[in-house]
Amino acid sequence: MKISEKQIELQQKLVNLYKDYQLDVFAGDRACIVDQRMQSIEFFEKKGFPTINEEKWRGTNLTEALSKNYQHIAHPNHAGKDLEKLFQCDVHDFDTDILSLLNGYVVNGGAALRTLDNGTIIGSMSEAMKHMPELVDKYYGKSDKIQEQSLSALNTALAQDGIFIYVPDNVELRKAIQLVSIINHDDNLFVQIRNLIVLGKNSKLQLLQCDDTTNHKSSFNNSVTEIFVDEGANLDHYKLQNINNDSSLVNAIYIKQEANSNVSTNAITLNGGLLRNNVFVKLNGEGAHADVLGVYLMDRKQHVDNQIFIDHAVPNCTSNELFKGILDEEASGVFNGYILVRKDAQQTNAFQNNNNILLTDTASIDTKPFLEIYADDVKCSHGATIGQLDEEAMFYLRSRGITEDNARMLLMYAFAADVINHISIDPLRNRIDDMVKKRLRGELSICDTCVLHCSNPEQEVEFNIDLSKI
Amino acid sequence: MSKEDNNILDEITQSEYKYGFVTDIETETAPKGLTEDTIRFISAKKKEPEFMLEFRLKAFRHWQKMMEPNWAHLNYPKIDYQDIIYYAAPKQKKELESLDQVDPELLDTFNKLGISLDEQKRLSGVAVDAVVDSVSVKTTFQDTLSKHGIIFCAFSEAVQNHPELVRKYMGTVVPYTDNYFAALNSAVFSDGSFCYIPKGVRCPLELSTYFRINAANTGQFERTLIVAEDSSYVSYMEGCTAPMRDENQLHAAIVEIVALDNAEVKYSTVQNWYPGDKNGVGGIYNFVTKRGICKGANSKISWTQVETGSAITWKYPGCILMGDNSVGEFYSVAVTNNRQQADTGSKMIHIGKNSKSTIISKGISAGKSQNSYRGLVKVTRRAENARNFSQCDSLLLGDRCGAHTFPYIESDNKSSVIEHEATTSKISDDQLFYCNQRGIETESAIGLIVNGYAKEVLNQLPMEFAVEAQKLLQITLEGSVG
Repeated sequence: MKISEKQIELQQKLVNLYKDYQLDVFAGDRACIVDQRMQSIEFFEKKGFPTINEEKWRGTNLTEALSKNYQHIAHPNHAGKDLEKLFQCDVHDFDTDILSLLNGYVVNGGAALRTLDNGTIIGSMSEAMKHMPELVDKYYGKSDKIQEQSLSALNTALAQDGIFIYVPDNVELRKAIQLVSIINHDDNLFVQIRNLIVLGKNSKLQLLQCDDTTNHKSSFNNSVTEIFVDEGANLDHYKLQNINNDSSLVNAIYIKQEANSNVSTNAITLNGGLLRNNVFVKLNGEGAHADVLGVYLMDRKQHVDNQIFIDHAVPNCTSNELFKGILDEEASGVFNGYILVRKDAQQTNAFQNNNNILLTDTASIDTKPFLEIYADDVKCSHGATIGQLDEEAMFYLRSRGITEDNARMLLMYAFAADVINHISIDPLRNRIDDMVKKRLRGELSICDTCVLHCSNPEQEVEFNIDLSKI
Repeated sequence: MSKEDNNILDEITQSEYKYGFVTDIETETAPKGLTEDTIRFISAKKKEPEFMLEFRLKAFRHWQKMMEPNWAHLNYPKIDYQDIIYYAAPKQKKELESLDQVDPELLDTFNKLGISLDEQKRLSGVAVDAVVDSVSVKTTFQDTLSKHGIIFCAFSEAVQNHPELVRKYMGTVVPYTDNYFAALNSAVFSDGSFCYIPKGVRCPLELSTYFRINAANTGQFERTLIVAEDSSYVSYMEGCTAPMRDENQLHAAIVEIVALDNAEVKYSTVQNWYPGDKNGVGGIYNFVTKRGICKGANSKISWTQVETGSAITWKYPGCILMGDNSVGEFYSVAVTNNRQQADTGSKMIHIGKNSKSTIISKGISAGKSQNSYRGLVKVTRRAENARNFSQCDSLLLGDRCGAHTFPYIESDNKSSVIEHEATTSKISDDQLFYCNQRGIETESAIGLIVNGYAKEVLNQLPMEFAVEAQKLLQITLEGSVG
């Protein structure tokens, strides 16, 4: 396949950008960061952007997304933006510590890096690089597989900011942390966000990560999040993705779990031109458990791609994957689950499930639930289905006087609810529940502003159905 | 794991290949290496018409431009394609008319394999085409078949006697551009079987081909073409063995099946190429392209395979379900032991409306082997109401083997229903305990469980093969299968 000229142009532009930045923007970097950047840019220059010739990218063609004229900004300029209006996000009854990113840079509301009473440090990645060198050096760029991904390498080479969270040992955060990343710029923007999240032993964190665009300009968000979860720690992670139809988001998440840790990561993909979630989970200590869940509701020409890699490196770990999707109009979807059970990882339980509903003949789905197993004392299973709404259920509802549209919506909602019900934070679940309902009614995509913005606690979103008839 | 279990697993890994003898038959070979001259040599040897040579040369030129695929979950040293003899034939002095004229050594070979051409001819009523080192040596039961208008003969004979049929169908299901090994086969194939069932005929016999690699340093490249005309039916069986040798031998075959309106073809394989010794020395590299096309409405193609042999297996029998209401089936048991590696599965391409497919795959890995299922189910936009069900189970015997599943499922159609499920597990202690408790020894219990596990597939085999397949399972997993 021929790689488009625009793509090569962009690649060259980014490499040149690195060379320019070396002298000024990156001048303050410490030596080890400089090294990482250098190795990464070399790797990226050699490998280039992923193409559909690569097995992992067969279903997702970046050519069009990369052919727009993107700008890359080195110095954040938030002047002229009404920050308060932009970040008017809140979930009713859901008290969070909010960290805001605009166009990939932390919005400096208070101190860029603050320490909470319990010792937790939250704030800007660039500040953490300067002020917390020992913590950053211990973890930054140390995730497995991160060196093999050309987009992640590009991120390592060029990223300047993102979110840094450090939860010390035995600290349980009562308030969830909400990470809101908004892209709103007058030009098409290429953004590299780099987040680092470290959970100490027996700590607990709830993290809500929202990716939004709030205007109609194209953007390409190449975001990398590294998460290190130490022994006995507990992480609840939610990703809410709602970007405009001309924007792309490649969200790489690298999670490393130590013994008896528990991670649940949940991707709720509501809208966007091209969305790709790369989730790499390494279960590195016995007794670790990972839940990787997701729901995607796509229409028009949107594309969603979930790539989940779970590495069972040690015995006695469990993992559970569940992805559900509804694809309408000309939307396309890809799911690739990959469970690797290494040689000595006995007593592994790993489950994988992907269910899809196609609503039109022009929608399409590719699903690849892979298992690679080198240990014998394991219980692994996977399932995948592609189908339609249950006709009998449909008939049941129709026979009780529910209009076809409503019945269809109700069934789609019930289909997605499997994943949504896993959300353990009540107010958040209700909020997402409402959003999914709105999305199914086609109201959400017309919403110009941040998704959470349209929260109206007074008015519950309900289907127009007399439930007493059922 | 109990000590007893360990003993059994040890036994498994020490089982020996029973078909590893070499038959002393004079063979005629081409010089080593592959050039256009080799191809001209093969074509001339077989006195082929011009169109065949053209086809071979086109394939060869295309092959030279191709890269050997490396996406499979297989690990083997690079094959030197110039170090292979591309043509080896048992020397035949003249045309044979009855079994009596067949080289007694050769007959002996088949007797050792348990396929006495003679016996089968008289007793079981199975028509056998035996292919040794790529050349078809004997086809039994010609007369009975020709009464029904059925053509069942060596591929090279078909080229001579029925060039119009060969020309019409050869390469239509597996074009020479299909993949690296198909291109190689199209360039150098030496013989194989050809089978044509005319309109409305239900083949009264089970047709069967036995493939055997005998000569050293040779590759075997056979080609099978089965054409089932409207409303016809045929059940076709294929078996393969090879002598034990220390070097690896290449086997790259093509099987093409065409099923027209209402036709049904049932294709069963028991593949037992030499798998190499327990340290992974020697063995056959088996790179096979098998594909059927359900061209007509209501046609049906069913693949059943029992894979126990080969050092490397690379094989994805598939169906292109083009006709409306057509049906594709794939039943497979793949057993790997010692250092065998298998990457096998099925491809189902749904094009016709209401087309249906079923995939049942049972993988069993033991020793230090790697066993992968790789399959594709693709439903195109036209294939309204297409239906697929796939089930791929893996059983692990021992903690040094691997079992992998790589299904690809693609749907472009809202009315189709696709289901895929897979499990990987070992024989549970509960199951063994249950059997032990009832007085069944662990060894028999494992056999019982493995047999039960594979039953769903073994049941699909024709009688003659089912017995052999069970025997093979026994040999491959010796000591554990009762």
